[in-house]
Amino acid sequence: MKKYDAVIIGAGVTGCAIARELSRRQGRFLVLERALDVCEGTSKANSAIVHAGFDAQPGSLKAKMNREGSLAMDKLCEELDVPFRRAGALVVCLEEGRLPALRELYQRGLENGIKGLSLLTGEEARALEPNLADSVCGALLAETSGIICPFELTLGLAQNAAQNGVEFQFGTQVTGLKRAPEGWTVETSQGPAECRAVVNAAGVFAGEIHNWVCESQLHITPRKGEYCLLDRTAGGHVSRTIFQLPGALGKGVLVTPTVHGNLLVGPTAADIPDPENTATTAEGLREVGEKSGWGVKNVPLRQVITSFTGLRAHEAGDDFILGESAPGFFDAAGIESPGLSSAPAIGAYVAGLVEESLSLPKKENFEPIRRGIPKIASLSPEERARRIRETPLYGNIICRCEQISEGEILDAIRAPLGATTLDGVKRRTRAGMGRCQSGFCSPRVMDILARELGRDLSEIRKSGPASQIVWEATRKGGREA
Amino acid sequence: MAVRELICISCPLGCPLRVETDGAGKVTAVTGNTCKRGEAYGRKEVTAPTRTVTSTVLVAGGQSPVVSVRTKGDVPKDSIFAVMAVIRETEVPAPVALGDVLAENIAGTGVDLIATCTVGKREE
Amino acid sequence: MSIERDIVIIGGGPAGLAAAIAAREAGVEDILILEREKELGGILNQCIHNGFGLHTFKEELTGPEYAARYVERVRELAIPYRLSTTVVDLRREGDSTIVTSVSKADGLTEIQAKAVILAMGCRERPRGALNIPGTRPAGIFSAGTAQRLVNLEGWMPGRRVVILGSGDIGLIMARRMTLEGAKVLCVAELMPYSGGLKRNIVQCLDDYGIPLRLSHTVVDIQGKERVEGVTIAKVGEDLKPIPGTEEQFDCDTLLLSVGLLPENELSKQAGVELSPVTGGPKVSETLETGVPGVFACGNVLHVHDLVDYVSEEAAAAGRNAARLVLEGAPAAGKPIPLIPSGAVRYTVPSTLDPARMEGDVIIRFRVGRNLRKAAVTVSAGGRELLRRKRPVMAPGEMEQIALKKEWLTGGETEITLDAREEGEET
Repeated sequence: MKKYDAVIIGAGVTGCAIARELSRRQGRFLVLERALDVCEGTSKANSAIVHAGFDAQPGSLKAKMNREGSLAMDKLCEELDVPFRRAGALVVCLEEGRLPALRELYQRGLENGIKGLSLLTGEEARALEPNLADSVCGALLAETSGIICPFELTLGLAQNAAQNGVEFQFGTQVTGLKRAPEGWTVETSQGPAECRAVVNAAGVFAGEIHNWVCESQLHITPRKGEYCLLDRTAGGHVSRTIFQLPGALGKGVLVTPTVHGNLLVGPTAADIPDPENTATTAEGLREVGEKSGWGVKNVPLRQVITSFTGLRAHEAGDDFILGESAPGFFDAAGIESPGLSSAPAIGAYVAGLVEESLSLPKKENFEPIRRGIPKIASLSPEERARRIRETPLYGNIICRCEQISEGEILDAIRAPLGATTLDGVKRRTRAGMGRCQSGFCSPRVMDILARELGRDLSEIRKSGPASQIVWEATRKGGREA
Repeated sequence: MAVRELICISCPLGCPLRVETDGAGKVTAVTGNTCKRGEAYGRKEVTAPTRTVTSTVLVAGGQSPVVSVRTKGDVPKDSIFAVMAVIRETEVPAPVALGDVLAENIAGTGVDLIATCTVGKREE
Repeated sequence: MSIERDIVIIGGGPAGLAAAIAAREAGVEDILILEREKELGGILNQCIHNGFGLHTFKEELTGPEYAARYVERVRELAIPYRLSTTVVDLRREGDSTIVTSVSKADGLTEIQAKAVILAMGCRERPRGALNIPGTRPAGIFSAGTAQRLVNLEGWMPGRRVVILGSGDIGLIMARRMTLEGAKVLCVAELMPYSGGLKRNIVQCLDDYGIPLRLSHTVVDIQGKERVEGVTIAKVGEDLKPIPGTEEQFDCDTLLLSVGLLPENELSKQAGVELSPVTGGPKVSETLETGVPGVFACGNVLHVHDLVDYVSEEAAAAGRNAARLVLEGAPAAGKPIPLIPSGAVRYTVPSTLDPARMEGDVIIRFRVGRNLRKAAVTVSAGGRELLRRKRPVMAPGEMEQIALKKEWLTGGETEITLDAREEGEET
């Protein structure tokens, strides 16, 4: 049985952030993930926003981690080659009667130590964002609010951790935790592992795992949020993230540009019992469409190219659970919004607790830089021509909507923690995220995966182990790959 | 006398036909067609319906794994699945040229199966 | 790398091939076809069913056979083409159009062209654009993607299939999947009529006992990782699902045949004005777009039902592009609008220049609803130029009429194309 210093449960943004921080230290570290890739849970289905940090309750862990996480994001994204932009945000007030609440939010932001906040009149807000609804009578401007690619961040953290020696094991479900002489035996669907410390970053399942070993119980409720993603042609409808201050009509939804140039609207919020239920609903999608129009006018909903659902791990105490909840058992649980924004801070904080507890020495040769896959289509023609001359496969376009080449897809497959599924390729390269939503490129990407992985097409998965795409060959008999 | 109303499938127009048959099942009249093919189709469809079958056949050593095929003419409608059964069992070596006969008198229909595209030999 | 060509044709499918042949036969030597696949033929290569070419060749051919006729002619004429080459940018610079393409073999190439013919075809509308609620499992395919997997790669995408959309691709795939041993449980169609050819209802659905549910749509998809079921429901006149009419199917596959969209990203990059009705470029009677020297034909211009019309249209574009190259750009003309009226949804072209018309102009159009005992009229300045009777007209069947040059005096300010049932009020 392999022995580790620390085993991290969950390869979402939280688990990977902790893994990366731990990898600055000497030790053997393992990340266990039940899905076939990183970022398959809450981390892949959220608003993709790095919050400025004004919203959280002052004094809470959410407030502290958000503020620190946001401050650390520029440097982190530069080191990890992750797209991140401080586009700014407006919280818009839709009724005069709610203006005091807007001012209170501003005060809260000041109390949380957030810079770049100011209150605007409706006219000032509309001058910045012409597409705001006419009913907007005031707004809170948060200049430090940002937009990011949550998948690239998670993958970047994971790949950098792997570069620095962290092991990752996918398709591995943790089934039990037993006390062992030097810490824990982690029982999994792929056999046991021994470690001195366990880090619980299991998202919507973190409560279950915590409750196996801790006296005080956690109550984590999956809170479903539905989103609609609009085509790039709608991407300029607003240039900042637009939040709606909750009002008489209830909590609104946000309308935001994404770092890839799309427009994202959502989310709804509905508590559900089943942590596996990521279906969108007719009511949810209708709600998103309707509410998007409260704060922003003429949202071009006809340009929707896809919709999705994320489950937030909402803890009953309404704050992050970070800390050593049992000897050698460290929680990073209840990570709902602002979890993504807080990731760098949560990573440093929890890793710091583990490092201290295990007395892990510092690593001299920690490599902080990770390079992502080059985006050939966004290079200048001269640069693109040069890259294609060097690597001709960068000239073979596979995804015509996003202009992604075979070279980039191979980079995605061959990199550490490389893609092994269709969705894995999609998230690393954006092949399949464009206007035809992989209708054109999916057979071609499947062919490339099959070739690279030495499998036949029926063994290629969309994302999970049971997501077979084609069943069998139409003709039996000598099929060569 | 019996009357059947059906859509002619001889060409994309899809004229609605009216076919009258006598007590012995012989066609007495076809109306609604706008060309001779329609009349012929009406008669045939009611007495001995036929279809063209199009599909793919496995290719060994080719640049594509399959070659598209069709029955050279139409075959009795009730032989479609028998034809498919033969197609499923057929394998041809590359190269295959458009028009090559891949199965003669397929499933005893008297009609050949031909390749409708060209598949070259895979380079080693 | 920078090169110059007289005519660059973007797309080597039926439109691009016919345009190239016509341009060469009209006397232009320097032509280059750019095709992103490994072979010429376009979408026809995966359309292995028959029904192509009845008008053009008086034979019923399969898609690949139809394409082969044109590919052979292109080879006979030795018209140059590049395969596995994708055009990534299109822009106008001075008197030429710059076409930027990339390929593994040739790297990045900027081609300065005197004339460009857009022949990029169309793409399928995806599930996301319909906002169908439910899970996002494997097993949901647009019909064309499934067609590619079955016909070119030889893999079965499903065993128990529900199809949304009764356009021709959905109907063809219903038959294809059945012949390959799958069970097609039903075809659901949002509208109260099918969008496909009537012959396909017969030979794809009726022949195999596959039920067609008109005025139905998919309201939910189940299955966490692979489709496990699909729920359909009846829709009202507003096309919204009627609660209580849900019908559940246990299946592993949902095929979507819910619309084709002309693929005009490059056209937009070049500043070509598109028609909001067709999604394709607005063109004059020479099939030239609003950007001088850029012509359009085939599905990129408007989605066709018959490839024969694509070939005709493309040949006209090829001839006109050739004329531009050989004779230079004509002096500015006076185009007048061609106005759709009555049940006519759109016309191609959308403008005419009577003074510049060399001969007849073919006007292609579609109606927006089913008509019985209809009359198609062309009029200008209150004067009726043409009246044709049509016993049946349907949105799924593109129409064409010839407008003769001698009918026009040259003083017209607009021309109206109308279609309505006899007796309908004006």
